[in-house]
Amino acid sequence: MTFDIISAVLILAGSALALAAAIGVVRFPDTLSRMHSASKPQTLGLLLVLLGAAVRLRGHPDVGMLILTGLFTVITAPVVAQRVGQLAYREQRDREDLLAKDEMRESRG
Amino acid sequence: MSTVWLIAAVMLISAASVTMYRLLAGPSTLDRLVALDTLVAVTMCSIGTWAAFSLDTTVTYSLAALALISFVGSVSVARFRVPDSENRGARR
Repeated sequence: MTFDIISAVLILAGSALALAAAIGVVRFPDTLSRMHSASKPQTLGLLLVLLGAAVRLRGHPDVGMLILTGLFTVITAPVVAQRVGQLAYREQRDREDLLAKDEMRESRG
Repeated sequence: MSTVWLIAAVMLISAASVTMYRLLAGPSTLDRLVALDTLVAVTMCSIGTWAAFSLDTTVTYSLAALALISFVGSVSVARFRVPDSENRGARR
């Protein structure tokens, strides 16, 4: 019963993160802020849900697949974020008022 | 316990529905790509929740498959997409 409560709390936290990210993706004004919001369920929310599922399915051999999925997500999410972020920064020439600080321009001089 | 599953399901379904709006309306291809990534992440959360709810572990393999496909798809779109034209990209 204790394990079930732990699993329920973890899954509820992951679902809440997914909902918050979805609202942020719709409400935020530009691609970079939307990416900031979208990265929440991609890593933390998914890891919380997978951990909750692993706690509830404890001892089952297929729990290894959940661990593998979490590991793969943690490895690949930064790669996608870097590619998309670079493209979004390049295309955002017309909305520079949305950037609080532009360190790429400052480093170029 | 069933209340917990109901709350989680409602949150995940509303998250997916709200993300669908950005997927359809997003002004540029990158916005749609970000929305698609969010949608896949919400789908994976839902599959994990389903596995925990039903104690049915056959769906966990589709989680790993979805993670692989989502990575390859996002990187391919970011690499090979055609840039939006100016007037379409500027419209919000």
